[in-house]
Amino acid sequence: MTSNEILTVRDLQVHFPVKGRGLFPRRIGEIKAVDGVSFSLAEQETLGLVGESGCGKSTTGRAVLRLLQPTGGQVLLDGVDTTRMSRRALRPLRSKAQMIFQDPYNALNPRQTVGSIIGAPFRIQGIDPPGGIRRAVQDLMDRVGLNPEHYNRYPNEFSGGQRQRIGIARAVALRPKLIVCDEPVSALDVSIQAQIVNLLRDLQQDFKVSYLFIAHDLSVVRQISDRVAVMYLGHIVESASREDLYASPMHPYTHALLSAVPIPDPRAQKSRERILLQGDLPSPMNPPSGCVFRTRCFRAEERCSVESPELRELASGHQVACHFPVGHLPVDITIVGPDSGFTEQMSVKGPLASEVVADMAGSGTGFGTVPDELDDSKGNPRAI
Amino acid sequence: MSGPMLDVRDLRVEFPTEDGIVHAVDGVSFTVERGKTLAIVGESGSGKSVTSQAIMGLLNRQSANISGQALLDGVDLISMDDDEVRTRRGSTMAMIFQDPMSSLHPYYRVGDQIIEAVRVHQQVSKVQARAQAIDMLAKVGIPSPERRVDDYPHQLSGGMRQRVMIAMALVNSPELLIADEPTTALDVTVQAQILELIQRLQEETNTAVILITHDLGIVADVADEVMVMYGGRAVEKGSLDDIYYRPQMPYTLGLLSSIPRMDQVIVDRLDPIPGNPPSLINLPQGCVFSPRCTYRDLVPDGRCGTERPSMDEPEPGHFVRCHLTQPQRVEISGRILAELSGDRA
Repeated sequence: MTSNEILTVRDLQVHFPVKGRGLFPRRIGEIKAVDGVSFSLAEQETLGLVGESGCGKSTTGRAVLRLLQPTGGQVLLDGVDTTRMSRRALRPLRSKAQMIFQDPYNALNPRQTVGSIIGAPFRIQGIDPPGGIRRAVQDLMDRVGLNPEHYNRYPNEFSGGQRQRIGIARAVALRPKLIVCDEPVSALDVSIQAQIVNLLRDLQQDFKVSYLFIAHDLSVVRQISDRVAVMYLGHIVESASREDLYASPMHPYTHALLSAVPIPDPRAQKSRERILLQGDLPSPMNPPSGCVFRTRCFRAEERCSVESPELRELASGHQVACHFPVGHLPVDITIVGPDSGFTEQMSVKGPLASEVVADMAGSGTGFGTVPDELDDSKGNPRAI
Repeated sequence: MSGPMLDVRDLRVEFPTEDGIVHAVDGVSFTVERGKTLAIVGESGSGKSVTSQAIMGLLNRQSANISGQALLDGVDLISMDDDEVRTRRGSTMAMIFQDPMSSLHPYYRVGDQIIEAVRVHQQVSKVQARAQAIDMLAKVGIPSPERRVDDYPHQLSGGMRQRVMIAMALVNSPELLIADEPTTALDVTVQAQILELIQRLQEETNTAVILITHDLGIVADVADEVMVMYGGRAVEKGSLDDIYYRPQMPYTLGLLSSIPRMDQVIVDRLDPIPGNPPSLINLPQGCVFSPRCTYRDLVPDGRCGTERPSMDEPEPGHFVRCHLTQPQRVEISGRILAELSGDRA
């Protein structure tokens, strides 16, 4: 198992100091952007990292590449611990792990030609590809769907989608084993997103690369990921195969997140159960005691404020950090199938998570399992 | 009053630039009824935002050539002079923008900004205006509004700021509200809160709403009617059911089938629309979508590339701008939707 692990992250912590004012500012606190995150990534696997802004997903991605210095924990890249390495020692490893950025407008130097941008990794690493750099770059351009004749053009001559292709060509130039994709399609037009998602998938098969795919768009993550981890306030709160996570989420936060994504089918959308979370993300400088999600949780109880839940494996490959995971309590569960207005309801008495998985695996759609009795009792979740 | 709240007729907006004339909006017509929501869907450069800016009188008339009519309750906003538009903006019509941080003044307390909006349009004392502001903040769901009214924008989260924007837009009970990507900058759980809020307030006040977005999920959630724009033109228009269950324009079909959907089984590959959106300076001849359209060869004589299609009305209230014949469109649409729902089964 560990033999083909490209990336192993153990108890990763990234804390940012918060300083006071004055000439010699004192440290007055810290923001725990990432606070004990562990996951691993196998060869040619895609792990989707989702969560709302401020949850620490981008910080995790940057710490994995050592663009940020982790405060604690370990990052093993292809078996090598990079957390304490010097910059110089790290440089050869950079060819193994690359990044694709969100904003294709800012990620490319406007004064460099496309050829020079995509060729930069070769020059930096001192690699002379067979046939020369120009040839290699033009092959790459062709591979990502750019016209190789545009070698001497500048980024401003390209559209957003094409610029993202340039960034992708640069990232795959050295045949890395890992690419951290930080919101790679969220700045693109809807009709272009699908092109880029397909391209990333094709490149993964050709180059056997693993992706750490950071995004907030749950539909895109579902399309591209093998496994998905949900982050909230610096913690992974749930992690599972994409089938399990979308069909039978166990963490209340994942539930709320999935139910909040509007689906492009009016009748189905109107018949869906929705959990409206109250309030906003708490400040990471002053996180809640116990479970970080409890202030917005519709299942929170006394225990949640006292005891921080561990990430436990509740079903095969399905880890949840929650004292009261959904699908694990003896309550009536209503499964609402969001299909063309016909609301199919079935009541299951006290289902185990595995049963829910089995029930919903066939339907392909599974979000929206809202425990009925919780709907009104706390006044928090609302069905519209 | 009967008749639509807003009646836009043949709206055109052109920006002359050094590189040529940008045809941002090229003959767009639509109506919005009281209490209803029209969603304008399109990608960047489709003209959806410029359309709303022209209606709100936010375009500089020196740099933009605007023609056509926008009748708000029967009165044309386009031919009106700027001062008169100003008296309506913020009172009878209001707008919510995408980015609440850059739309609120960072130096002023949010309460003062709402109070200003009240006092510009209503003859009330500061104390009364403040009471209205607090009342409005409570209405949009801001906890302890008597305290929050004295906060600066940076003290509020993104979702709270967007609520303040909504409070400011609605404090004078406008008859028309334009929401330009109101939730794009927000997280999905907050987005759900904001959309629900806009809908609830709309029901209370019977406001006509124009929702501008690129997200077909949001449209399905809140709209009554939909207008799809591409390259500055309306290419399809109809009820929610028309657009989602009987779409006829290949671009609309392309949009619906290219997005990854959580309500379907996971497909191996997505089915993207090929190519890139057009430049508004060198718009393609004929149909603006023809260079990316998979079905253009079905139309004889290459008309898609030469002749601009007119708006057809195949069903009452459902408009399509496409050279394909009605039976061809129905056949293509039926086939693609069947594939889509096949993916869903």
